[in-house]
Amino acid sequence: MSEEIYLHAEKIDKIYPGTKALDQVSFDIKRGKVNVLIGENGAGKSTLMRIIAGIEKQSAGKLFLQGREVSFNSTMDARAEGIAIIHQELCLFPNLTVFQNLFMASERTRSGILDDAVHRRLAKQVLDRLNFPIDPDTKVGDLRVGQQQMIEIARNLLIPNLKILIMDEPTSSLSEQEVDVLFNIMRELTASGISIVYISHRLEELMRIGDYVTIFRDGRLVAEAAAKDIDVPWIVKQMVGEGKSYPTRKTDVDWSTRETVLEVKDLTLPKSGGGYLLNKVNFSLHKGEILGIYGLLGAGRTEIFECIMGMRPEHTGQVIKNGQVMKIENVAGQIAQGLAWLPEDRQRDGLVQAMDIDKNIALSEVAHFMSPMGIIDSRRESKATDEMIRDVHIKVADKHLPILSLSGGNQQKVVFAKGALTGPEIMLLDEPSRGIDIGAKTEIFHLIYQYAERGVSLIVVSSELEEIIAIADRIIVLSNGIKTAEFTGADITQDNLVKASYVGHQASGNADKAE
Amino acid sequence: MNKNDLIMTLLKGRTLIVLTLLVIFFSFAADSFFTAQSLLLVAKHVALYGILGIGMTYVLVTGGIDLSVGAVVGVAGMVSGYLINQGLTLFGYTIYFNVPTIVIIAVVIGVIIGAINGVIITRFAVAPFIATLGMMYMARGVANLISNGATFPNLVGKEALGNTGFEIFGRDIAGFPVAVLILILIAVIAAVILRKTPFGWHILAIGGNERAAKLSGVHVDKDKLLVYMFSGACSAVVGIIATSQLVASHPMTGNTWEMNAIAAAVLGGTSLMGGVGTIVGTVIGAFIIGVISDGMVMCGVSEFWQMIIKGLVIVLAVIVDQYQRDLQARMALQARNENK
Repeated sequence: MSEEIYLHAEKIDKIYPGTKALDQVSFDIKRGKVNVLIGENGAGKSTLMRIIAGIEKQSAGKLFLQGREVSFNSTMDARAEGIAIIHQELCLFPNLTVFQNLFMASERTRSGILDDAVHRRLAKQVLDRLNFPIDPDTKVGDLRVGQQQMIEIARNLLIPNLKILIMDEPTSSLSEQEVDVLFNIMRELTASGISIVYISHRLEELMRIGDYVTIFRDGRLVAEAAAKDIDVPWIVKQMVGEGKSYPTRKTDVDWSTRETVLEVKDLTLPKSGGGYLLNKVNFSLHKGEILGIYGLLGAGRTEIFECIMGMRPEHTGQVIKNGQVMKIENVAGQIAQGLAWLPEDRQRDGLVQAMDIDKNIALSEVAHFMSPMGIIDSRRESKATDEMIRDVHIKVADKHLPILSLSGGNQQKVVFAKGALTGPEIMLLDEPSRGIDIGAKTEIFHLIYQYAERGVSLIVVSSELEEIIAIADRIIVLSNGIKTAEFTGADITQDNLVKASYVGHQASGNADKAE
Repeated sequence: MNKNDLIMTLLKGRTLIVLTLLVIFFSFAADSFFTAQSLLLVAKHVALYGILGIGMTYVLVTGGIDLSVGAVVGVAGMVSGYLINQGLTLFGYTIYFNVPTIVIIAVVIGVIIGAINGVIITRFAVAPFIATLGMMYMARGVANLISNGATFPNLVGKEALGNTGFEIFGRDIAGFPVAVLILILIAVIAAVILRKTPFGWHILAIGGNERAAKLSGVHVDKDKLLVYMFSGACSAVVGIIATSQLVASHPMTGNTWEMNAIAAAVLGGTSLMGGVGTIVGTVIGAFIIGVISDGMVMCGVSEFWQMIIKGLVIVLAVIVDQYQRDLQARMALQARNENK
């Protein structure tokens, strides 16, 4: 069977400072087919699509459209060639109406004046086609997320001479009915010769709609196959690949004999647009234990930390520390109660860029270095930060250097030191190894082991499989805000984790509607 | 119609309701207030804040701010005064322009200052607050330099030089202030552009979600540049009107007027976060400010109390605005749940 290749990407590289997001990727989009991309978070699939859609430029490599070399400097260039992208995060204008959103930057005018009658009529047409009857004058900010996603899809259907439609996780917040309508539209589009690139984490869904499957891992294209020739286990195997080796902690502790320091009961967090970010999550943490939380992006991993640390007052359920129900008021209160949190986004949430290394480390604890007059006792403060710098092995000549002069790994150690300085019983680590090189990763892991040995209990969130398997004594898996599995010992395998992290993705629409 | 709907209708019409209540209040409080003469005087003042407010609304809608408008008023006034009284001396010849040409020159200078603001903001990624704050000082300095801080008095021009008639912008035509006519003209054009042209959509989109606007193919930088140029033009027009009303130009004219312009826009429901704003709202907002100031003067309220009351009104307006947004969001959520 010969398939016509509509777009060919030739040996694409994309280099970000410190990481190679794409490594010599050659990829074909087949005409009139649903081309599916799969891979873990950060495997490079979204980056490749952003390059094809003209949002980013490749560091090396070429793009060919039906054999003709093309180069896109903006989304407009790509759109002129009929390439459209539906973004992972919504690109809508909440302050404007549905029809204004649909026709933004492609307005119909009569002698320079907007022809809203035409806008409304065309909007109605495309919305009817999507079986999505909604008043074109509704303000988009008033719609729930799933409905907004339909607007985003409708908007791309309006593009004249559409040739390639890239959909980056379009169904993540659609109900099952909406997904069915979407799939029908996709079949219509492919039948008329339009090529679709489809990125999704719902494996069952991919097998249902996909024609060709391409798998990405660590910035490389690792496998390609026709959907009819493969099954879900094969996909999981390709996604996981050969294991990388990280230093593993060897413990033969029977954790059930250790005291429980933290217990989370029925933790529930409602989503603003309906549905749940977390739905009745239960888990416990023992003294000196490292608990891993694994899940896909948006599974609710970070939200657990946010609830425990008092960032989400709207949550329900109980957090019990040392047998007592915690009264969670705010972050400062939680730190005072012996918790420390290392946020996922080091630059945005973890560090104060304008302050030096020393001040960053002391930030959470500075009130304790205060003299009765309210003046900071800088000698005591300096002594404490010096000890901390030694304890977590931050390599720095002078602790009064700006924080950004440090490497990513050392910056992360500063964030760790800031949390450790408050003398926590429990540390919550959100993606502690994100964006740092392998050497620094190993050091961070040793730091984690070191603190666990001292009796600190740690919860680590990571989306890297090898990593979480190496670190954690026990792992819970989240999928769509629900705890789907808990593994210990020999049950902690990549296959088990991946399977559990995809559980319930198909049924998410039902959960959304049920409430 | 339930209670929420009623509250919502009242909230949406609040600026007009407040304005009506203010007019009624001052009509009783000050005998001289509700007369044709004093209302026209109020309207003349309102025109100045209104026109500045319209330019400001465009800027605020994109999520920016323009602090230089008051200073541009000063520059445009001084340029007009200089050209009428001293003419332009080039290579030993002194040229006196007629009034229409002077108006064009002043407006073009306003547009150029706006363009400089726009370039600093879009090209060099300087925050609008800082860029226009800097321009505020620079433009005010330029206004003072033109005359070394002195006033150009008696700007009636000379018949022999063919530059008479500048005072027309401060006068009335058939009993109607020219300033108000200009306000109406600019307001209508600005409202049509904002609501009825692609450019209007685009600047609302930029304020709503700049990244999405860029990815949708909106020329974000170009549109922002145009918005600051428009604000500069509005400021220059106000400079000409204010100078003409006084028949003299003083370098400090327009000092702190940017605050009145922002207040007019905010009172009219424009969001400082961008993406939301109407021209009609801003014009009504300008009327509220004008009626409060002039009304209080006529009631004999001290200048210091006037300041306190104006400040209170502005802050209150934003609190009510916030409340309306919350209520709207709650009602939308409710409607969604009922539909399920």
